Amino acid sequence: MSARTIVDKIWDAHQVRAETPETPGILYIDLHLIHEVTTPQAFTELRERGLRVRRPERVLATLDHSTPTLPADAHGRRPYATKEAEHQVEQLESNCREFGIELNGWDSDHRGIVHVIGPEDGATQPGMTIVCGDSHTSTHGAFGALAFGIGTTEVGHVLATQCLLQRKPKTLAINVDGRLRPGVSAKDLILHVIGVIGVGGGTGYVLEYRGSAIEALSMEERMTVCNMSIEAGARAGLIAPDETTYAWLKGRPRAPRGEDWERAVAAWRTLPSDAGARYDAEVHVDAASITPTITYGTHPGLVTPISAAIPHARDAQEAKALGYMGFTGGQALIDEKVDVVFIGSCTNSRLSDLREAADVLRGRQVADGVRMLVVPGSVLIKREAEAEGLDAVFRAAGAEWREAGCSMCIGMNGDIAQPGQLVVSTSNRNFEGRQGPGVRTVLASPLVAAVAAVHGRITDPSAYLEHAA
Amino acid sequence: MKPLTEVRSRTATLPFENIDTDRIIPARFLTTTERAGLGVYAFNDWRYAADGSDNADFPLNRPEAKGCAIVVAGRNFGCGSSREHAPWALLDYGIQAVISSEIADIFRSNALKNGLLAIVLGEAEHAELLASPGIELSIDIASRTIRLPDGREFAFALDGFARH
Ligand code: SF4
Repeated sequence: MSARTIVDKIWDAHQVRAETPETPGILYIDLHLIHEVTTPQAFTELRERGLRVRRPERVLATLDHSTPTLPADAHGRRPYATKEAEHQVEQLESNCREFGIELNGWDSDHRGIVHVIGPEDGATQPGMTIVCGDSHTSTHGAFGALAFGIGTTEVGHVLATQCLLQRKPKTLAINVDGRLRPGVSAKDLILHVIGVIGVGGGTGYVLEYRGSAIEALSMEERMTVCNMSIEAGARAGLIAPDETTYAWLKGRPRAPRGEDWERAVAAWRTLPSDAGARYDAEVHVDAASITPTITYGTHPGLVTPISAAIPHARDAQEAKALGYMGFTGGQALIDEKVDVVFIGSCTNSRLSDLREAADVLRGRQVADGVRMLVVPGSVLIKREAEAEGLDAVFRAAGAEWREAGCSMCIGMNGDIAQPGQLVVSTSNRNFEGRQGPGVRTVLASPLVAAVAAVHGRITDPSAYLEHAA
Repeated sequence: MKPLTEVRSRTATLPFENIDTDRIIPARFLTTTERAGLGVYAFNDWRYAADGSDNADFPLNRPEAKGCAIVVAGRNFGCGSSREHAPWALLDYGIQAVISSEIADIFRSNALKNGLLAIVLGEAEHAELLASPGIELSIDIASRTIRLPDGREFAFALDGFARH
């Protein structure tokens, strides 16, 4: 057999029927993650057609988007933003009961952002096909899984059949070699990569991140990278599994055990792309050339090294983006006044992210007039962070320490900023209005966000680190 | 869904690149558990002024855009989230076809499953349509062609379109 990429291997192992010029292929799905926002209409459709869920044990449900991040009151009432949000959560609860699906609900220790809990529980494993009615499903690719975001109609199809109609995507190798400089994170790396290939540069492709800089990343960092594949328009993004992957997964609740574990690892070792495997396209990035990177426009492709002046608008689109942000081409963003700092989202809400932010805030204060929100990605992460005393660090600095959820990444639960405010956010989208109508978003790493909170202004973290040392 | 064989309409244009799903329908309207009735939220934060009146700057609010079922949009339309609420809102708003030089994968798949034509044309053909708002197009689904007023035809590919 000719040399195959990891995508070829996973595809071949899951293909139920090959595609033809007229029809897409049929792909078996190993794991289906669901949440309250993109599923109600799918369950309604099943009910109307009298269909059952084909493999309920392959479906994992959680509550994350519409959920309040303030705790319940003394009577157990949760402060939902709207009646509809509460109703949507109740719908998922009742749909899961009716169709026999396990829900990581309010009373579960395993509730959290869908793309955080899948890996955390060990449900996400190498070589799997994974879908979720959510575009950041690409996060699971960090484990060497082929993970697609799908729409609600497809959610219904997968619930009913455990299969997905899909054309085989093209592959784009993102080779990142060399070493990241100190203070440069996985978030800077992926923002830089999106800047290189463009916000539509991944359309039609699965991105395979490879090279020595990728191999050196922790699993948390790999998740941050794969998470934002969709921001380049890609169908999915993944990284071949290796010892880092296996060490991280071992012993997790849903990971295989004993002999099953040994067998699984042996199979996973065959997944990485063969030497000489062909990609439809390739990009090369020198890790050492990357510096702390932030966005300055209204999509994640408009990025700049934090210390550089932002480019002049090259066309009307960019002029419009700059106009919305209130920035001028040629200006530096350093010293730009910040109103809100958000640490959270499926991109950067894991324990390592919280530690990075806490290290900056320890013994310091959030600047006057700045609101800082810290929202852990899952109930377990929240608990681990509290066991380490990170919550105390954040609270002492004047930040708000919240319950797990998507929160201000999307603002569906009422966690939004005010029109015109500038938010430095560790999330993944800076679209107009994403964090509330008229809100301006600058995407950044947890380090850059935390430093901005302390200074009340966008600040170069490298200068800050030298100063602090 | 009624079978769709042809869309004939004047075009309206949205000459902006990267029109994302948060622009098409902001996230705060996603708490619905229904598919229906989302048209009033289509392009909400672009289409309405702060006081709820129509924003004159939004191209689809212009008198000549009223009733247009075909929208020609800038490159990379529908980027962002997987929310199927985006095509549901556009259809309910009266749009039956979106034409661009690049359409985001998940949006396109969602659109076609709901009977919203999401058509990708080559750069030159797209640029021509984008530069001529208001022309009458006839999109024939069986032959996968767009007929222009001068009789020329632009061919397009279509996969996975739900015709019924
Ligand atoms: S954290 Fe943000 S991007 Fe991630 S699943 Fe939630 S809303 Fe989507």
